[in-house]
Amino acid sequence: METYTFLRQLADSWFLLAMFVFFIGVILFALRPGSNARHRHTANVVFRNEDKPAQPEEKPQ
Amino acid sequence: MANYVKLIVLGLVVLFAMMGASYARDLAYQVHMIMVMIIAAGVFVWTLRRTDEPVLANDLSREYNDDVIRAGVIATLFWGIAGFLVGVVIAFQLAFPVLNFDWAQGYANFGRLRPLHTSAVIFAFGGNALICCSFYIVQRTCAARLWGGNLAWFVFWGYQLFIVLAATGYLLGGTQSKEYAEPEWYIDLWLAVVWIAYLAVFLGTLIKRKEPHIYVANWFLLSFIVTVAMLHVVNNLAIPVSIWGSKSVIVWSGVQDAMVQWWYGHNAVGFFLTAGFLGMMYYFIPKAAGRPVFSYKLSIIHFWSLIFIYIWAGPHHLHYTALPDWASTLGMVFSVVLWMPSWGGMINGLMTLSGAWDKLRTDPVIRMMVISLGFYGMSTFEGPMMSIRAVNSLSHYTDWTIGHVHSGALGWNGMITFGCLYFLVPKLWKKERLYSLNLVSWHFWLATIGIVLYAASMWVTGIMEGLMWREVDANGFLVNSFADTVSAKFPMYIVRGLGGGLFLAGAGIMCYNIWMTIRAVPSRERSLVAAVPAE
Repeated sequence: METYTFLRQLADSWFLLAMFVFFIGVILFALRPGSNARHRHTANVVFRNEDKPAQPEEKPQ
Repeated sequence: MANYVKLIVLGLVVLFAMMGASYARDLAYQVHMIMVMIIAAGVFVWTLRRTDEPVLANDLSREYNDDVIRAGVIATLFWGIAGFLVGVVIAFQLAFPVLNFDWAQGYANFGRLRPLHTSAVIFAFGGNALICCSFYIVQRTCAARLWGGNLAWFVFWGYQLFIVLAATGYLLGGTQSKEYAEPEWYIDLWLAVVWIAYLAVFLGTLIKRKEPHIYVANWFLLSFIVTVAMLHVVNNLAIPVSIWGSKSVIVWSGVQDAMVQWWYGHNAVGFFLTAGFLGMMYYFIPKAAGRPVFSYKLSIIHFWSLIFIYIWAGPHHLHYTALPDWASTLGMVFSVVLWMPSWGGMINGLMTLSGAWDKLRTDPVIRMMVISLGFYGMSTFEGPMMSIRAVNSLSHYTDWTIGHVHSGALGWNGMITFGCLYFLVPKLWKKERLYSLNLVSWHFWLATIGIVLYAASMWVTGIMEGLMWREVDANGFLVNSFADTVSAKFPMYIVRGLGGGLFLAGAGIMCYNIWMTIRAVPSRERSLVAAVPAE
């Protein structure tokens, strides 16, 4: 089979399916119930370490 | 030791540039080689004076690298004014062709200045804003100093050199005639080097982050950097005719070239002007509002759906061309689907202000960021609509497209950048406040009215000329000649020029305000000292 036909068929079938499954998987993973605390912590990252990097001895608050 | 390597490389560059300047086959290449020769020789001397000198071993890892960001803010302001000014000039050149002066023919006529305007506002103004804001954001959200030491300075100065080479090239006729990708092969190669250094600085900082999770703004910024690298390389695959000349031949041909160009062109909009600026939005709006983003989950879904869908939307630029119908239908469908993540992101940004809506009355900086989201929502509604084939048959090649681009670029990119700069400057120069909030309000209203005049006049003239072009009489003959539409557009061209003038005036006020903030506003430390003796 020539390269174009092979890539064309792959793009229309398995690769399309793989990308779609990945996309749905990412959304479901973002919506999973256990993620709330972690997302809240991450969303507040903008309010930490504004003036200086996290110093080696202390953990970021 | 590293300095010796640098000196050898710089010496070779000077030598090559001297040969290039003397063998040059065209003016643009010759001027560029002379510029490269002078700059490389200057850097050579600068490096030589530092070679084998004792280096102060400062531990900088406890401080952020903000010097390069300050330089980026100034560069953003400078290129912003330059790009807006050229835009106003070419707007009036269209209204009054006499402004294409005879003495400047071949250098400063509309055809030469137009790519200068688009590149100056998108890549010089927008690019510098993106680079400096991304350096600011990635350090704060990773709680780590920029990776790579002075590599960030290489990115900054290398990018300025790219801008200067591209801009002077356009005026002297060095262009490969691909929209938004006009620079010739050697400038493209240089940008690729700078961009890889940018990616390295950004990724290196992400890798050494002290926060466990990568904040969503960094995802948008990283996707912007990676995708622009990919688009730039694929769209600019060209073979130079001679190593001593600027002319090159693109490896793609025919409809493949058109498709690659608009795959690049639309994703330059999608990843440069949308994803990158959304990264700025997701950091600065929560900061300015003092509240975390409305829904972090929605921001993740926004990110993945935006990058999964945008990459397919390019073919809508090629309706009714040699491109196969299935491809342009694909582009159209994905463009319409794209409406959802765009509005999801807009709602996420706007709802971040819930509970802080009162700040809209008191803080003109937030007002600027909010109106930028409004324009984002408007242009991401208008865009999918214009990508529908039936609508496109009316709107394509008309000024409606120009209006759409400007409501997105001036409204979304311009306004969010202004908001970010107003937020950044007091932080970066450690000032307690901006010089004048009143002037920010002036800027806000001048810019908003300017955009409204611009967009409204372009809607009117675009739809008018689209209808005039397709009007046929009872015998099937076209009613209007092309020149009829040009003369009918004259009043709208004046309104458009005035709108651009107002936008430029607002940017001038911003420069004055930021200049006075840096010069005249007391710094944060001094005010703390003054407050101590009260008790």
